Amino acid sequence: MSAEAPAKSDVEFGSYKYGFHDSTENYAFKSRKGLDAEIVTQISEMKKEPAWMREFRLKSLEIFESRPMPDWGGSMADLNFDDIYYYMKAANEQGKSWDDVPADIRRTYDRLGIPEAEKKYLAGVKAQYESEVVYGSLREDLAAQGVIFTDTDSAMHEHPDLFREYFGKVIPPGDNKFAALNSAVWSGGSFIYVPKGVKIDFPLQAYFRINSQNMGQFERTLIIVDEGASVHYVEGCTAPTYSSDSLHSAVVEIIVKRGARCRYTTIQNWSNNVYNLVTKRAMAYGDSLMEWIDGNLGSKLTMKYPAIWLMEPGARGETLSIAFAGEGQHQDAGAKMVHCAPNTSSRIISKSISKNGGRSSYRGLVKIQKGAVNCRSNVVCDALILDPESRSDTYPYIEVEEKNVAIEHEASVSKIAEEQLFYLMSRGLTEAEASAMIVTGFIEPLVKELPMEYAVELNRLIELQMEGSVG
Amino acid sequence: MNSLLKITDLHVSVGETPILRGVTMEIRQGEIHALMGPNGSGKSTLAYALAGHPNYTVTNGSIEIDGVNVTEMEADERARLGLFLAFQYPVVIPGVKVADFLRHAVSNVRNPERKEGEGLIGMREFRKEIRDRMTELGMDHEFARRYLNEGFSGGEKKRMEILQLAMLQPRFAILDETDSGLDSDAVRVVSEGLAKLSGPQMGVLIITHHERLLEFNPPQFTHVMLGGRIVETGDSSLAHELHANGYADVRARHPQAAAENIQAEAATA
Repeated sequence: MSAEAPAKSDVEFGSYKYGFHDSTENYAFKSRKGLDAEIVTQISEMKKEPAWMREFRLKSLEIFESRPMPDWGGSMADLNFDDIYYYMKAANEQGKSWDDVPADIRRTYDRLGIPEAEKKYLAGVKAQYESEVVYGSLREDLAAQGVIFTDTDSAMHEHPDLFREYFGKVIPPGDNKFAALNSAVWSGGSFIYVPKGVKIDFPLQAYFRINSQNMGQFERTLIIVDEGASVHYVEGCTAPTYSSDSLHSAVVEIIVKRGARCRYTTIQNWSNNVYNLVTKRAMAYGDSLMEWIDGNLGSKLTMKYPAIWLMEPGARGETLSIAFAGEGQHQDAGAKMVHCAPNTSSRIISKSISKNGGRSSYRGLVKIQKGAVNCRSNVVCDALILDPESRSDTYPYIEVEEKNVAIEHEASVSKIAEEQLFYLMSRGLTEAEASAMIVTGFIEPLVKELPMEYAVELNRLIELQMEGSVG
Repeated sequence: MNSLLKITDLHVSVGETPILRGVTMEIRQGEIHALMGPNGSGKSTLAYALAGHPNYTVTNGSIEIDGVNVTEMEADERARLGLFLAFQYPVVIPGVKVADFLRHAVSNVRNPERKEGEGLIGMREFRKEIRDRMTELGMDHEFARRYLNEGFSGGEKKRMEILQLAMLQPRFAILDETDSGLDSDAVRVVSEGLAKLSGPQMGVLIITHHERLLEFNPPQFTHVMLGGRIVETGDSSLAHELHANGYADVRARHPQAAAENIQAEAATA
């Protein structure tokens, strides 16, 4: 990479290394703060959308306004919807090469290592900066096989029939207040279509970056994996550290058709001033496999429970969730599995770590609908608490409307035992090294499920979170 | 020059309860000492206090290695000075591979100045070394890839302690009932392993109820602990005598310590 190494003082914000921001002020478009029908209409007009989408947005805004804030989960007392920019466009055009991306924005992605990762092990990349995707690529051989990997706005214009068939069908605007908010002001996100039988060997990655203060990012992702196809999609996200809050509220809809396979990996590393309120849901059809791998390390408050609806016999769903709550953080994460058909199976494995007063909660639902006989579900959640100031809670919900099903739920909470620390320290490890080793071991069963590059990345992020954590 | 581990008038409490009431002992590199005594006499307390367990408070006295006072040091600093404790009950560390853990430990102990985050000992040389040591101890090389002590049998755990001893090459090794709970084959493996490892470069304190470990590793000194004190010190014949006759004679010769030992036993029961 030709970019200059950033000055040290620019990059290090405690243990969070992505807290820098670039000084872009040349926004192609920036809405005023706050949210109303005028802003929503403005966004829709900017994007030259068809009438149905404008109507969809305005109706969603009404739903958002009519719904109360959730009275469960984490505190959103400081979240002021009027103090947020709902749309910001940094560049006029989306780059097809990194050279097309404005220099200061490109520098940000260089620092985050995206172009380098793209060369080494990715089949395609989307880079979203504020509200719009500023760079996109897809390996040519995949495009030739009919794979579509584009931003969601472009998909609406370029593949209108496919888009309209699935958009908003898995998660309708009325699903919850934040799904309604996203539906009203959505911008960017990834659209993926994998044709029948096409198996994509390397991951497709999207990278989401918030740069401004008081920014709201509302990407919308739609993935359709056709029969017998397979894809691994990875998303990463970071933001600068500011004293005022930003809001990230995404909607991700996935359709996994018969015999197909989709793995969706998130490494969420927002700075500690971002509210991360995301709705993710996949519908898995006959004999398909849907996997969520959900790593939540950043943000001020995350409320996210990736869901899988098992729609036809033989569908399988699996969620691996890792949450790390440090000082001032609340990770309210988990998973939902809805068994709508017989002979479906699901597994949830959740591991959470709390330190320096952080709070992590597992919140999960396993639902067996009437008629869904011979289903199996297995839930394991383990929490590790590193100090007496930190907290962990478990909220498992199980709703069973059918007999002849097998549901297992195990939960454990452990504190880093003094005996473990002493044992490792008696072999010459410092207290910090010993704690980090115990934490790394705690999440090892999940990390080993990841492709190596992401496993390394996740371990590195956890080491950063652990730095200086022992007092 | 022979290193010296010097324990002077050591008083140790756990919580508010005094356990050690003035232990004095000198161990030189190359010497083997046996520490014997009935339950509740304070043998394991001495082991933990030497290794620096935070729950064991030194209320008086000192521990020195070559004149450096380590009494206030953290466990890891003591390890870097060459102290090693083989645990009676080795701790399970889920998800941490033996090789990863030991590579880190070896890096710190061999390079006491190493700072957190600095490079570890080279992978290639480390791998060769750990394989050689495992071969010598009759251990399957697969052990290096297992999670530390997870799902290990009693014998495997003790062998793992001896492997760590072999890799860390301490100047002073304390073995806290390393032979307890093992069948006779496992005791033989551990005893032979220790015999191979100890030598002029290692001072050893063997805490034991059994004779087998001492057969392979005959002590020059045998100490008898009662009521938190060393009440008698002799040569290897004292160990034989205690095995043959038990502690009745020792108690009779030291009635006050015996009475305090009974209190301590009652307190820990």
